[in-house]
Amino acid sequence: MQVNENFEPVIVAFCCNWCSYAGADLSGTNRLNYPANVKIIRVPCSCRVNPMFILRAFQRGADGVIICGCHPGDCHYTSGNYFTRRRITLLYSMLDFLGIERNRTRLEWVSAAEGAKFAAVMNQFVEDVKKLGPNRRLEDLRCRKQ
Amino acid sequence: MQRIGVFVCHCGTNIAATVDVKAVAEALSHEPGVVVSQDYQYMCSESGQELVKNAIKEHGLTGVVICSCSPRMHENTFRKAAASAGLNPYLVEIANIREQCSWIHKDIASATDKAIILGKAAVAKVHLNAPLTAGESPVVKRALVIGGGIAGIQTALDIAEAGFDVDIVEKEPTIGGKMAQIDKTFPTLDCAACILTPKMVEASQNEHITIHSFSEVSDVKGFVGNFTVTIKKKARYVDETKCTGCGLCTEKCPMKKVPNEFNMGLDNRTAVYIPFAQAVPKVATIDPNYCMMLKNGKCGVCSKVCSVGAIDYKQTDKFIEQKYGAIVVATGFNPIKLDKYDEFAYSCCPDVVTSLELERLMNAAGPNGGTLLRPSDKTHPHTIVFVQCVGSRCDDEKGKPYCSKICCMYTAKHAMLIREKYPDTEVYVFYIDVRTPGKNFDEFYRRAVEQYNVHYIKGMVGKVTPKADGKIDVQASDLLANEQLHINADMVVLAAAIEPDKTARPLATMLTTQMDTNDFFTEAHPKLRPVESATAGIFLSGACQGPKDIPETVAQASAAAAKAIGLLCKNSITCNPCVAHSDELMCNGCSACEKVCPYGAITYQDKEFRMPDRSTAIRRVASVNPAVCQGCGACTVACPSGAMDLNGFSNSQIMAEVDAICK
Amino acid sequence: MQEAMIKRAKELLADGTVNRVMGWKKGEFAYDTTPAVFETAEEIDREFVYNDFTQANQSKYLIKESRKEGKILALLKPCDTYSFNQLVKEHRIIRENVYVIGIPGGPKIDIEKIKAKGITGITNVKNEDFTLKIETIYGVETMPFYEAISVKCESCKSKKHVVYDELIGEDGDVLDSNRFDMVEKLENMTAQERYDFWRGELSRCIRCNACRNVCPACTCENCVFDNPKSGIDQKAAADSFEENMFHIIRAFHVAGRCTDCGECSRVCPQNIPLHLLNRKFIKDINCLYGEYQAGADTTSKAPLTDYRTDDCEPSVVHERGAE
Repeated sequence: MQVNENFEPVIVAFCCNWCSYAGADLSGTNRLNYPANVKIIRVPCSCRVNPMFILRAFQRGADGVIICGCHPGDCHYTSGNYFTRRRITLLYSMLDFLGIERNRTRLEWVSAAEGAKFAAVMNQFVEDVKKLGPNRRLEDLRCRKQ
Repeated sequence: MQRIGVFVCHCGTNIAATVDVKAVAEALSHEPGVVVSQDYQYMCSESGQELVKNAIKEHGLTGVVICSCSPRMHENTFRKAAASAGLNPYLVEIANIREQCSWIHKDIASATDKAIILGKAAVAKVHLNAPLTAGESPVVKRALVIGGGIAGIQTALDIAEAGFDVDIVEKEPTIGGKMAQIDKTFPTLDCAACILTPKMVEASQNEHITIHSFSEVSDVKGFVGNFTVTIKKKARYVDETKCTGCGLCTEKCPMKKVPNEFNMGLDNRTAVYIPFAQAVPKVATIDPNYCMMLKNGKCGVCSKVCSVGAIDYKQTDKFIEQKYGAIVVATGFNPIKLDKYDEFAYSCCPDVVTSLELERLMNAAGPNGGTLLRPSDKTHPHTIVFVQCVGSRCDDEKGKPYCSKICCMYTAKHAMLIREKYPDTEVYVFYIDVRTPGKNFDEFYRRAVEQYNVHYIKGMVGKVTPKADGKIDVQASDLLANEQLHINADMVVLAAAIEPDKTARPLATMLTTQMDTNDFFTEAHPKLRPVESATAGIFLSGACQGPKDIPETVAQASAAAAKAIGLLCKNSITCNPCVAHSDELMCNGCSACEKVCPYGAITYQDKEFRMPDRSTAIRRVASVNPAVCQGCGACTVACPSGAMDLNGFSNSQIMAEVDAICK
Repeated sequence: MQEAMIKRAKELLADGTVNRVMGWKKGEFAYDTTPAVFETAEEIDREFVYNDFTQANQSKYLIKESRKEGKILALLKPCDTYSFNQLVKEHRIIRENVYVIGIPGGPKIDIEKIKAKGITGITNVKNEDFTLKIETIYGVETMPFYEAISVKCESCKSKKHVVYDELIGEDGDVLDSNRFDMVEKLENMTAQERYDFWRGELSRCIRCNACRNVCPACTCENCVFDNPKSGIDQKAAADSFEENMFHIIRAFHVAGRCTDCGECSRVCPQNIPLHLLNRKFIKDINCLYGEYQAGADTTSKAPLTDYRTDDCEPSVVHERGAE
């Protein structure tokens, strides 16, 4: 596929307050770069992320959506990320079933200590989404940027 | 009409070097509802906070957005500042333009663009913020300790020491637990009873402690600070208030063939009994499974000999209800049953015993008065084989996957005590690893090997076969010498794995606390909150949380007490206002939310509703207890109708952020 | 069969076991049957019908009916019993207020399949030894019974009644159905092909809400798509995205709760194979989290309100081979 060098994807990252948001802070503290395309939304727990929010992001013009939570077993609320894992696995499988590109969505476990991992994950994700080009299969034409 | 103030922090050059803060303030000033947009060198400084406070008063702000460092850093600072200026603290939102923007980007243009977008998202969110008030809930100043072993006793004593009333519920007729059955303790070899029984007495005499022995928790309702617990006091057929513990009834009882559980069934007791001499409370109990009077009405000897008339054959189970602010679980452990281990001949050979049985055989108050004799023929054993990890670190169905932790040390203790008292006895220990982390533990083990010449052999015992001459053939492999061994033993001692008490699982359900797959209670955080359960107000003490030796158990018991005291000291608890709430008009009552709630914060009521067609209908609707909810939001996604929403992170707030970012 | 049901229904009305009967009555045409509540023996004699066209799942109606005064008789086909059980599990149907008679199920006939043969002006359809005698205003036509079997009955999952107070006829077994074949076929396509397939299907959606309204799992007091407060409310889809959004969210909301009764596709006036979305979730759940049949019992934990610490990661989707 032809890669448009100038394409700057919009990436929405949902990060749980206790692990991944802190991990994102840590990558900032350590000055580990990742692209400015990534915009983080803080949620108490990854299990707060409703599939509705993910679809909403795609509707409003996101080209990729990533959810980050505590590693399984480390959830601040003990079980939240286990529910996340099931819900998001099923949702992503459904999006795949509808022909939406797999690399537009991702779920990653990033702990508060994994600043480097956070940056690496975001770098990789942005690169993957750039390769895909703009989200066309799950966009709302009314929201397309001119 | 919203009046929002935006405050962009330079953080010295931390933000200002890569983000054009003036441009951010200028861009955000055009956002809907924004009436003031300023930048300042250090927003968190005294004068920066003054700036925010003055703006709140001057412009009558209804919402504040601070573009600064991470909310994990200064959210509270700015919430307090807002509160002191008369604005609800939950009307403050932070846009993280330092850790998540200026520090990771180098290009000023793109960093500035991103900062503006993050600011817009925060403005969009704050439009939908609602003023929240942290609720308060009173604390009942009384604690319940479930389990009266050393963990429960220590926790109760510590809580009582702080001046709070505390009740111990113990299912056996006496407190003391497993430690009361142990002979000596490692690594100091002091007598367990000598250090435990004074504590038992202390507990019984402490004016703040009430002991409910021979009792069980049958129901738990309520939440942190305000639990209502029903305790079932099982009928012991003896009036506790009258019985003096003289023991005459136990001497005269004609039913003398009852297996004595305190001595692990190695000898017998009577149907009316006091478990052991130092039992607390020292009160007799009638075993209804063996008492002839209770079974067929023929006997009544104990009643005749009791000079205070304490015997009451008509006694029934009693239920008492009590309110507590905190609950400490100390339900302890048991060795696993070994009946599935045919290879060790435990069920068929009386001279194959568990380590706890060995404790009783060696105890001065045990069946042999402290002389180690074979249970089968009461002769002195000359060769003893210890088998480690029976059911521990086991990957099949019979055993447990975990290390039982205490076996290596108590086996070293047993081996040492036997070699000390009976130097003519050869002692072999078969092990997978010897694990001795702990103060003076490895030294202790090395003494067993070096000073007492205990034969430690790395390898597993394959088969134990009782022989016709009364000896026991132990077939084992020595992994280091790489050879098969046959030991002609007189006794075999099995270090059975330990498991949580069977009462723990139903208790966990009542308490809505979590357990792991092995039925150990799960702590709120494995590193940082090791003595709290994830359910607020429920604390964990001792081996119910995982295998522990006595020093660790006592340490954890005191830690749990400290946590409970911390709670009981408060007159009321401030609740996190960012909790879930259900819209009753939308709720289907389907229970999906309840099933994913890790805290048991959601309950259902049948409520009468007036329907659009003016009829009334009874509907089952969810309600969230804000004192119990921790605000994870799992329920909000489980709810298909969207009736469940989360304060501070509502559906509309998050979607507003999404929209602002994607615009 | 209809006679046996009428007889028993009248008995239960007469002895006071129930005060209402939930059944089907004739519609405008011979092949129209519609769920109805009968209060008297006369009404039953006059209007009660049970034939090869009575497909409608009655369970959803019982949410309201079970909350009324007295007990109602429900005649449930095997597939309906699953929906019924699921609604009991979700506290939507009050079990004590329903007397359940298990009745034999399909296969049922889809009139559209007959009409698709070019047969019009149908006045009556008779099943004579698996040959359909179709009486029309133009004369009698015939076609084999199996060619007219409705889509939902073609891949019947079970002939077993999972809940009943009594049975009319025999109980059957859970069947080894081929219901996931089409899902599998789609899974084996490329992403582009799947996208094209679904665009082709979903673009026909007219947002009539029939699928939602008939679905026994869609029982919300207030659907998120009707609720302005939800932020995703929509009426007619204004953009192709909204068609996707509606069907994805609807499928997700019923995931782990959908019993695969097939009503959504049956009622879709645009013949969109909506049941494939639900089946995709069911298939994934079965593969990833262990076999689960919603409605098979009233006690088990639903897959989306449960977890295992060693559940797979969403990357399993990537591991399915090329897109």
